[in-house]
Amino acid sequence: MAEQTASTKKVKFIITRQDSPDAASYVEEFELPYRPGMNVISALMEIQRNPQNNKGENVAPVCWESNCLEEVCGACSMVINGKPRQACAALIDKLEQPIRVQPMRTFPVVRDLIIDRSRMFNALKRVKAWIPIDGTYDLGPGPRMPEKKRQWAYELSKCMTCGVCLEACPNVNDKTDFIGPAAISQVRLFNAHPTGEMNADERLDSLMDDGGIEGCGNSQNCVRSCPKGIPLTTSIAEINKQSTKHLFKKWLSV
Amino acid sequence: MNGYYSRKLHSLLGVIPLGLFFIEHALTNFGAFEGGLARFNAGVKLLNDLPLLYVLEWVLIYIPLIYHGVFGLYIAYQAKPNNGRFQYSRNWRYTFQRITGVITFVYVVWHVYETRVQLALGHLTHEELAGTMHNIMIQPGLFTLYLIGVISASFHFANGLWSFLVSWGITVGPRAQRVSSYICMTMFVLVALMFVLSMVAFRRAEFQEATALLDTVKLVLS
Repeated sequence: MAEQTASTKKVKFIITRQDSPDAASYVEEFELPYRPGMNVISALMEIQRNPQNNKGENVAPVCWESNCLEEVCGACSMVINGKPRQACAALIDKLEQPIRVQPMRTFPVVRDLIIDRSRMFNALKRVKAWIPIDGTYDLGPGPRMPEKKRQWAYELSKCMTCGVCLEACPNVNDKTDFIGPAAISQVRLFNAHPTGEMNADERLDSLMDDGGIEGCGNSQNCVRSCPKGIPLTTSIAEINKQSTKHLFKKWLSV
Repeated sequence: MNGYYSRKLHSLLGVIPLGLFFIEHALTNFGAFEGGLARFNAGVKLLNDLPLLYVLEWVLIYIPLIYHGVFGLYIAYQAKPNNGRFQYSRNWRYTFQRITGVITFVYVVWHVYETRVQLALGHLTHEELAGTMHNIMIQPGLFTLYLIGVISASFHFANGLWSFLVSWGITVGPRAQRVSSYICMTMFVLVALMFVLSMVAFRRAEFQEATALLDTVKLVLS
């Protein structure tokens, strides 16, 4: 079988590396034997097994982060051939070579391809992306969600906080404090929930402040980049609508 | 001011009143193409006969213009365009919106200095405006600069209107946003065309005669 014969075909990687958060980045090239069905994660595992660059020098293995290996956890997001995406779903057969791999620099780089996505989790806290149901007594069942609504809301719930939309956004950078598309879409999700709706205004208020929804510049790269196909720009426009209504209600009621 | 309000105000002022004034300006200028000198001068006179002219100018034009312009420069500074990596038409329009915004800012400062400021300083009268525009438009270099200026301003206006509809939650879904982008881009072409045609019209001899005539009157009077 072809798979079992030693392949002479090589795969070339150009990886942007960084030894520590404050260190300067550098580029290192690797050449690996091709195996059918390989993806960027399995290639990185290959480098881990045999950490030798294309000059034959033994180097520290390339660090990365990954968990689920099926594009649902969001941990292995990196920039592959210029586009932010999950490394586990990036099949070598479908990539142009040499394959350029970089960390998503919108986030602080911890080491090599590992980034710190804390700002996304802080953003979820800021917008209160949850439904408060705790009380001193059993509150009973909440209102039911119409099936039709559940269907589109389910799409929004697929967000895995992977950070690709923030990386693709020209308005998420060190000159702005824009919260990014992901958290805004979560506000739409929780505001759509019949119980979550009871706290809708709090979530809108959290976005109607510095670094909130106004940071969107309508480049719409987010919706084109989202690996889960979440309609992020529809979410942003919907939250624009909700916040506009909320703004006028607030002004006209005091 | 809270960033949300300042950004919202920027978005609102871009359309009301600035966008409306921009359309009005295009129409008045187009009078030069449609009906020549007399029509253009009638348009200028109509505007200048408005009551509370100074108040209207400051409230509806200068204050919104300064706010929108200066805050807009800050927004343009905050952008980190990534068109190399994401070559989508929406992303290009995002970048062009910022570039044309900066061009329009410079162009408007220059244009206001040449016209309104000169009027205020008494170097120019409303009747001489047509002649002044003629003298600018017959110079190929200045004509080109004006061409860049009006096309940038028209794009910035039309694309800004598209963004306005999204930012205020009027066009929410992808289909609504697509249809509004067709409408807005058509507006860009039409408004730009109106400005360019009026610029071409200003090159006509009748506008020169306006200057010549005034010069004669001045000579006789002096």
